[in-house]
Amino acid sequence: MWYLCVFFHRLLDYRRPEVEALAELFQHNSSNEPLEWRVPENHHPDSPFHFVNLSSDDVARDIANRSLLVKGMYELWGEGSTLEELEQAIKSYPDERKSPYLSSESTFRITVDSFGKVMSFEEQNNRIQQLAYIPFEGRVNLKHPDHKFWLMETDDHGGNNGLPPVVQKRIFFGREIGGSDRTLIPTYQLKSRKYLGPTAMDAEMAFLMANQALVKPGKLVYDPFVGTGSILIGAAHFGAMTMGADIDIRVVRDGRGPDRNVWSNFKQYGLPMPVGLLRADNNLPPWRPGLKEVFDAIICDPPYGVRAGGRKSGGRKLLKGVVGPYTVPDDKRTDHIPSTAPYSLVECVHDLLDLAARMLVIGGRLVYFFPVLREDEANVGNTVFPEHPCFELISSSEQILSSRYSRVLLTMVKRRPYTEEIAEAARVKHTEFRENHVKWLEDGNIHSSVFTPADQLTVSGDTKPLRDLKPKYRGKYV
Amino acid sequence: MRLLTHNMLSSNIKAVANGFPLRIDAEKVIHKEVDLNPDFLRNIFSRIEWRALADAARSLGYAELPEEAEESMLESEEFLGKFHHALLEIHLEEGALVCPETGRKFSVSKGIPNMLLHEDEV
Ligand SMILES: C[S@@+](CC[C@H](N)C(=O)[O-])C[C@H]1O[C@@H](n2cnc3c(N)ncnc32)[C@H](O)[C@@H]1O
Repeated sequence: MWYLCVFFHRLLDYRRPEVEALAELFQHNSSNEPLEWRVPENHHPDSPFHFVNLSSDDVARDIANRSLLVKGMYELWGEGSTLEELEQAIKSYPDERKSPYLSSESTFRITVDSFGKVMSFEEQNNRIQQLAYIPFEGRVNLKHPDHKFWLMETDDHGGNNGLPPVVQKRIFFGREIGGSDRTLIPTYQLKSRKYLGPTAMDAEMAFLMANQALVKPGKLVYDPFVGTGSILIGAAHFGAMTMGADIDIRVVRDGRGPDRNVWSNFKQYGLPMPVGLLRADNNLPPWRPGLKEVFDAIICDPPYGVRAGGRKSGGRKLLKGVVGPYTVPDDKRTDHIPSTAPYSLVECVHDLLDLAARMLVIGGRLVYFFPVLREDEANVGNTVFPEHPCFELISSSEQILSSRYSRVLLTMVKRRPYTEEIAEAARVKHTEFRENHVKWLEDGNIHSSVFTPADQLTVSGDTKPLRDLKPKYRGKYV
Repeated sequence: MRLLTHNMLSSNIKAVANGFPLRIDAEKVIHKEVDLNPDFLRNIFSRIEWRALADAARSLGYAELPEEAEESMLESEEFLGKFHHALLEIHLEEGALVCPETGRKFSVSKGIPNMLLHEDEV
């Protein structure tokens, strides 16, 4: 059945993938058929109005209620370019579909909503009066009605309303099935978080990532770059058991004091604590040999240098071959702080895919951010994303951070098992990275030069450190 | 650190051939309450090295797990309860994990094992 799916006008690229992920979570047909979508006549894909084909009202409701970006899902009773067309459409919508919601025992409410223009109270009332041809028999209840009806219309001139130009105005009338609970966002907003880091993931995005990862109770979710835990908080909210690791002991263990650390961030919201937090290097993960297929999802924001330079074990000079391994004297071992070397984007992504290929269950999901340099217009839209024989990429959603950078949320599904050959190829690559550490860092590829930790680079011919050009992760949406 | 984590970790020092299971030096063990989820336990069961879990639990004072376990035991609620408790509720707050081959200690403080290697171990 087709539903009218109205989105919030934000994170445009994330909207359909979210609904698609949630459809997989709630619609148990597992036919692997992609969802069918349509946009209304004359509408651009960036329009808030879409039609989606779902198996039942229950599925539509579950999706809408769990989503962050669906303003509402509606059973469409009619649409038209004029009020007359709308009336025709509503009148010809089958009575047996309408009458259950119009009966005298029920209560209802009609809301008038306009996109891209403001409608006065009188105008709204007028619109409602004009619906008198619908035989409503129930009582009006504005606060807690049994049935919620919506009259929604878009403006006809594409003016300065922030929406993509709509060639022609369109009016929709429908019955609400469900809508997102965005009160989650203020509840979890970073501003109120006790322990914050410069790269903490904002709450809305953390929830979106959890949705892409099909998080639900009983699932085990891992973040190998856990930082302050903000991604796992999103997953824990939806019921997952969580685990995280970070190379930086100050970040993952010490935080900013006894009640300002990763543990307290979970406590603050009454969420179950992670079942595991570790200090570990994702370049040399501490998993026992033979361990595989334990995590249902891996969700993360890897350290790509610009904001949080990735580090790995070994020390710069050591990996360059300038010095031999330094033997740590026995009496210094407990407090010794091992030195680390910069971690290039290519190597970081290689390690992440290898970890995910091994540690995810079949059907498990890897959801992570990948940076894109926008300067080169040709790049935009043509970016080649990482590939791996065990994985299928099912969605990529771009968010523009500045004129120079975007980040793209990638969702990959593990389709094939991690074989001995794949493991061997990864080992060879790992050694190659170690041996050619300097080369990878210095001329690995465009990303590793751009996304090398800020303190390693200055922009050529300019003394301004790259750090000053760091993108704004929050604030710039749409 | 819960025993689920312990069951997944090994000493990954370069020259070590057999870094699993890590011995546990316990200084402070506490109980954390976790909601029991039977589906989770049934899914994770086949990934668990049972002997290592039973031994680790015993070394922390919980001797209720059988020496051996097999899939069919997951039918029993009593077994699920014990498995759940051992895997997820026993929490090592302070102490160390000790490499079975070299004796190298990986400290556990504030519940967090420090698995980072020194320069000469990578
Ligand atoms: C972009 S931040 C992620 C922040 C996190 N999402 C949060 O909510 O705070 C990247 C994190 O990766 C960590 N990191 C860098 N290199 C690492 C490595 N080799 N292994 C594990 N963690 C690493 C950094 O310490 C940093 O906390």
